[in-house]
Amino acid sequence: MKYFRLIWKNVWRKKIRTSLTILSVFVAFLLFSLLSAFGFAFRGGVDVADAERLIVIHKVSLVNLLPMSYLNRIAATDGIAFVTHATWFGGYYQEPRNQFGQFPVDPDAYFAMYPEFNISTEQFEAFKRNRTGAVVGQELADRFGWDVGDRIPIQATIWSRTDGERTWEFDLEGIFSTDDPRGSTAIMLFHYDFLEEARAFAKGMVGWYILRVESGADPVQVAKSVDLLFANSPAETKTSTEAAFAQSFTKQFGNIALIVMLILGAVFFTLLLVSGNTMSQSVRERINELAVLKTLGFGDRTVLGIVLSESIVIMLIGGLLGLGLGWVLVQGMAKQMAAFLPGIFLSPGAILGAVGLMIGAGVLAGIFPAVKAMRLTIIDALARA
Amino acid sequence: MSETLARLTGVSRTYQKGKEKVEVLHQLNLEIPDGDFVAIMGPSGSGKTTLLNLLGGLDKPTAGTVMVGDAELSSMSNSQLSRWRSNHVGFIFQFYNLLPVLTAHRNVELPLLLTNFSAKERTKRASIALDIVGLADRAKHYPRELSGGQEQRVAIARAIVSDPSLLLCDEPTGDLDRDTADEILGLLQILNREHGKTIVMVTHDAQAAEYAKRMLHCDKGTLEAKEVA
Repeated sequence: MKYFRLIWKNVWRKKIRTSLTILSVFVAFLLFSLLSAFGFAFRGGVDVADAERLIVIHKVSLVNLLPMSYLNRIAATDGIAFVTHATWFGGYYQEPRNQFGQFPVDPDAYFAMYPEFNISTEQFEAFKRNRTGAVVGQELADRFGWDVGDRIPIQATIWSRTDGERTWEFDLEGIFSTDDPRGSTAIMLFHYDFLEEARAFAKGMVGWYILRVESGADPVQVAKSVDLLFANSPAETKTSTEAAFAQSFTKQFGNIALIVMLILGAVFFTLLLVSGNTMSQSVRERINELAVLKTLGFGDRTVLGIVLSESIVIMLIGGLLGLGLGWVLVQGMAKQMAAFLPGIFLSPGAILGAVGLMIGAGVLAGIFPAVKAMRLTIIDALARA
Repeated sequence: MSETLARLTGVSRTYQKGKEKVEVLHQLNLEIPDGDFVAIMGPSGSGKTTLLNLLGGLDKPTAGTVMVGDAELSSMSNSQLSRWRSNHVGFIFQFYNLLPVLTAHRNVELPLLLTNFSAKERTKRASIALDIVGLADRAKHYPRELSGGQEQRVAIARAIVSDPSLLLCDEPTGDLDRDTADEILGLLQILNREHGKTIVMVTHDAQAAEYAKRMLHCDKGTLEAKEVA
């Protein structure tokens, strides 16, 4: 810390040059924070996936349905603690742009499968009692300003009713939340029994099964056993971990992670060139001063540390400013875009990663000039000056 | 008789220039008593600055030994020499070599950053050093806001702030007018007489050399004593 003033003064030796370098770092980390937040949204449930939850879908695709009769056969498989199911409803509220996930489920089994969802006992019991009842996540309730007791009409895009109607009306009986800040609650759950009774086609079918493996059981082995059960049947299955399921869902949008990596790679490569050049110039301009410091007794490592610290400080100033603005923008965008891309979130992991990246980039940009400064011979440097 | 502070025994220094070897100092012997003020004169390229560099642990001899106090500089590593310099020797350069981004006070404080003194103690000692050179009122000025003479005073304050026994001055008045040079030399004389600093000063200026207690003439890598007028 006692060298901080010297480091700080050296950083601002050429104010315009340093400001421009900081601006480039700022833009890079602003981009980093936005892309991380969007990448998080695209990854969807991958990060919040439970390793002990497996998803069973139709081998052909998620769109193909599975018979309800599979439930008991899956439940009887070794290594499975319990099973439930869900189905994609695919409706919207009032206008087509107000799309979000609606899932007909078995309330008891579904909430047992997802203990991270919190709902009051009174609301949950009311939901169970009302066949046309529904519960929504806090995120969704906030977005549409819904409250318990509201009647919510959902326009179906897939499921028509036996009377030909496509509007399904639900009584909002409860609002649930999640403790995990990474998890999205922009979904609606209602009774599978209601769907089954009222839908015009595909009766006795569900979208997918969710199963929890027994503690100590090998999820890979369990997945194989389940798929083997239905091999050579008209509806063969594909069982994968929840994370793999979420990933395959995300891949429908293209390899987001790769795109993000490529953009950031290009940005940071340029950033390293810009800041590396700044540090090289800075050291070249004060060879004499560095030699004087060494003459006064500053050791080689101290001089190396001072130059490296200058590079890191530049990265931290620009990076933290970029990250800060990114965080503010992400908060705003998460609300604005919750309709079609829920879960935009700048995770603590991304923030820590960004800070690590700032320090790493600072070291990389500063290492060559710093080593040059460290190896400086006092007599040669003073003679050159 | 004062104790010997620095002793050079059989010191030679050879530099490689391309394929040619140039011997700058040849079998040189020198004793500098504690409290001495010695001026070294001689033509350019005679080895004066090389001698100063050896005494300050900035360079090592090709042959011979350099003892300053209890330290045998010729056998010390670079990091040992760095530590030794920060504790035992102060440097004063012709062009002052102050850091332009720091105020006079912070420039003077620089050598103290290498100590374990608290910030308060560092500030106190830097203020005392500036007071000794008569620049207490310029503490917050940057080098660009000071005259050449004032800059050299700040450099002297920086050289004495860690209370070294030896001050090495390389043409300390080479960039100053006569009156200012006399002021600086007077200050060095005070540091020698009143504060007991041993001073070795390289100079081309015969008038400057007269402020010293003794004068040595350096030529072709050897030293010869001269009378001070």
